[in-house]
Amino acid sequence: MFLAPAVILLVVWILYPLVYTVWRSFYDRSGANFIWFDNYQTLFTTDTTRTAIRNNAVWVAVVPALVTAIGLVFAVLTERIRWGVAFKIAVFMPMAVSLFAAGVIWRIMYQQEPSRGALNAVIASVHDKVQPPGPLSDALPSGTQLTGTPATGIVLKTPVRPGSVALLPLTGIPPDQVPAGSVQAKQPTPQAGAITGAVWRDFKPGGGTPGKLEKEEVGLPDVTVELRDSSGKAIATTTTSGNGNFTFSDVKDGEYKTAIGSATFRQPYGGVAWLGSKLINPSIMIAYIWVWAGFAMVVVGAGLAAIPRDVLEAARTDGSTEWQVFRRVTVPLLAPVLSVVFITMLINVLKVFDIVLSVAPPSVQANANVIALAMWRTSFGGVNDFGLGSAIAVFLFLLVIPVLALNIRRFRREV
Amino acid sequence: MATVASDEVVVVPDPNERVSARILRFLAKAPLNLLLIVIAVFWLVPTIGLFFTSLMTANDFASFGWWKLISNPHLATWDNYSNLVHHTSIPSSLWVTVQIAIGGTILPIIIASLAGYAFAWLEFPGRDWAFIIVIGLLVVPLQMALIPIFSLYNHLHLFDTVFGLILFHTAFGLPFAIFLLRNFFIGIPKDILESARIDGASEIRIFLRLILPLGLPAIASLAIFQFLWTWNDLLVALTMARNTQPLTVAIFSNLRQFGSNIDLIAPAAFFSLAIPLAVFLAFQRYFAEGLLAGSVK
Repeated sequence: MFLAPAVILLVVWILYPLVYTVWRSFYDRSGANFIWFDNYQTLFTTDTTRTAIRNNAVWVAVVPALVTAIGLVFAVLTERIRWGVAFKIAVFMPMAVSLFAAGVIWRIMYQQEPSRGALNAVIASVHDKVQPPGPLSDALPSGTQLTGTPATGIVLKTPVRPGSVALLPLTGIPPDQVPAGSVQAKQPTPQAGAITGAVWRDFKPGGGTPGKLEKEEVGLPDVTVELRDSSGKAIATTTTSGNGNFTFSDVKDGEYKTAIGSATFRQPYGGVAWLGSKLINPSIMIAYIWVWAGFAMVVVGAGLAAIPRDVLEAARTDGSTEWQVFRRVTVPLLAPVLSVVFITMLINVLKVFDIVLSVAPPSVQANANVIALAMWRTSFGGVNDFGLGSAIAVFLFLLVIPVLALNIRRFRREV
Repeated sequence: MATVASDEVVVVPDPNERVSARILRFLAKAPLNLLLIVIAVFWLVPTIGLFFTSLMTANDFASFGWWKLISNPHLATWDNYSNLVHHTSIPSSLWVTVQIAIGGTILPIIIASLAGYAFAWLEFPGRDWAFIIVIGLLVVPLQMALIPIFSLYNHLHLFDTVFGLILFHTAFGLPFAIFLLRNFFIGIPKDILESARIDGASEIRIFLRLILPLGLPAIASLAIFQFLWTWNDLLVALTMARNTQPLTVAIFSNLRQFGSNIDLIAPAAFFSLAIPLAVFLAFQRYFAEGLLAGSVK
């Protein structure tokens, strides 16, 4: 009598479906024809399901081990700080958040433009310290006298000698990108023994002649100009002033080329394509680890608390280093707990579903496919093939059977 | 070693030395503290980011990141939330979620505590075998039930009903619930039960007056688990319902246009996680205990 409701629910909602799904997996889509193992053959030969199985294999290989390791490290480290409880709450908190909402959270973090995605903003701020973007990233050569590309530097076609003037007009610079300190460009004056020149914005409202320095056209300051010898090697560099003028003084006689270096045109950092087809799987895994690390930390932490302190102290008095204590005493003593966390995560990872749907944009979902998602798509997402869908579900079930057997064995040993 | 050092501090009550010792200790641990602060920030920032994003218009989301609201608070707006309440189906979805979560928490607790009691304290033939089956069912992926239950629900007119969803969650919550409660109930001292039986109390009375009150800690853990699980479910509702949409499904159906729907997705997602988060923070002790009882044993 106490058991009746539980028995009814378990039989109708779990046991009967278990048998039905296995049986259904041997029938075709219509359900009318018995086709033996054809659905299972389809499962291993179709691209979509194969991608799903391959991705899930990577999940299984990477995520449970990482989550367990992170949980162990966090649990050990939090024991050494005063604010361990606060740290634990912070890391544990995502456990309350649905995997689906966690996916939305990370989708926002993963936006590609560094101005919009927080993760890329952090990376870009480091990147721009190492390799700052050029002051004129969108500029193009103006007129017919210049050659080269932004990547190699833009070069004046005609060679220059000391005493001559190099004019380097650029265009394609929107008004808001004109550098601060820019003033009316000045026609450079030739100097004996020196090469002079100007870099300026070759655009004036209402037209003007390309390549000609005119009124209302402004100089471009802080542009790095290179003086290149006949082999194309830069032998000197200088920067322009507010009116765009630059001077290479004390130049030996000979022919040179003047060029605007590629650094001037370097694009701002574009950001990592977290949500692109190449990185989508690691990106989803990071979000997933973010959710589950707290679980591992708390369970391992409880195991850690159960280790007798004097065992650790004894090892320390014997002169072991902290690392040796961790490696030789703590980890072996925690082995049962670590295996429980690992196995729990293994099962969770096999069934991963929601977070893939919410992190991966529709365009890359095919690349991020996993078994549970393939099962749902096949059965309910338009294809509506209950035969193949059942086969995928049975495949998933077969994968968890070892864990099922392990659970039962452990229980029987206890009794 | 540590005790010797602290003894010395007590013997020599020099405040300066104590302060310097403390600073020294702090400096020695500074790299560790710094590392853990960075990690804690990494764990907190994404959720904060969602909240800030929920205060942005879709246009703003297309042009700058949420952290700009920190330096420009005037860009933040509560309009998204008021639009959510007045112009979308989100309030009705919230009602569906609440019903599923409450029903899906209470029903399995009632059924599982009855069963847990039977497994722990009643003698009947095949008891251990039945319990082994329950343990076996612990890890059955619910994907195994989607297709048959979908068909069954269509026949029974349970498809697209809150009740159907609650029953599904109850069934799949039962193995863990029974396992947890049985293990807890079995730890209740046998003498208490024996003496109650000798006093002539019926099994029902023992269950209601003794087992339930004594099992409250375990039931509380279980309640939190079931609540979080049913509140956060997407897969079951996506499969077993069409118009009966809980919050997760309602958000999911807007996900295709992520950028242009962000003014709906972000506040709805934040709202959907604020409530379980509050439950979790209020009852985290039970949550952690349940976690341990469920996994370590």
